Amino acid sequence: MDSTPGIKKEINLYLKVFGALAGLTVLTVAVAYLDVGIGLAVIIAMILATTKGSLVASFFMHLAHEKKLIYLMLVITLVSLLALFFITFGTIGDQVGVEIVPEGVSSGVH
Amino acid sequence: MEVPYTVKPRPDTGLYNAKIGVWLFLASEVMLFGALFSSYILLRMGASSWYVGSEALNVPIGTFNTMVLIVSSVTVVMAWASLRMDDLKKYKMYMGITILLGLVFLVVKILFEYLPKIDHGHVPSEHNFYAIYFVLTGLHALHVIGGLVLNAYLWGPGTKMWETEPEQFTNRIEIAGLYWHFVDIVWIFLFPTIYLL
Repeated sequence: MDSTPGIKKEINLYLKVFGALAGLTVLTVAVAYLDVGIGLAVIIAMILATTKGSLVASFFMHLAHEKKLIYLMLVITLVSLLALFFITFGTIGDQVGVEIVPEGVSSGVH
Repeated sequence: MEVPYTVKPRPDTGLYNAKIGVWLFLASEVMLFGALFSSYILLRMGASSWYVGSEALNVPIGTFNTMVLIVSSVTVVMAWASLRMDDLKKYKMYMGITILLGLVFLVVKILFEYLPKIDHGHVPSEHNFYAIYFVLTGLHALHVIGGLVLNAYLWGPGTKMWETEPEQFTNRIEIAGLYWHFVDIVWIFLFPTIYLL
């Protein structure tokens, strides 16, 4: 088993991370009620969520001190995820300028 | 046949096999939830009208459940730390609390969110907002149930391994913890996306 003093230090760190996560959760909810517009609200919410997720991943999942192979796997995952988002959002770009015709109305295009 | 590298790290990777296995699994999970999140954004951007999450959903309940999952992330990592300090009793206590918190999350979700929504006719067929709400939170809830089954096994009958293979058992708790933290991270993104924006 590992040395007890070292683990006790880790436990102190876990408690500090918990405090930060609790504070950021309160902040996330508080910011949502500010009238800042949807664009800024999305940016702030995602920054706070990413910060919280990074804290969990870095300390509770020990990514701060992990082996290179795990980092490599995560980089590949992140690139794949970005590609997925890019392809999905590409369909939005495809529809820019396309006239949406309600059902039952002739568009005049044959 | 003996499974290799369940305790000692492989010389080439520096990791025991289960850790690589769980990270690969979590990578596939990132893609699964990523696909659903991108669907949500696509549906929302293409919709002529959309619900404001903070008005349609119960934010205090969502906030409460967020805190429940965060606390359970702390307790599961404490369970692992307890085993590394050779303290099975504390492990049992922390893992027990983790399981209880997981149950609290599910009970609150079902009793105070799903059932009232269904009673008021807010079902997936009503609007894409409710469709994506039920799919995303429902899939997340399924992951919580999966984690609960795993944690309950490791808290109960699975503990026997501690007597014969304490290091391997400690590694199992680390792996179960990694999964549980991932479930927490998904909720950390899901909560503001669905409930607040």
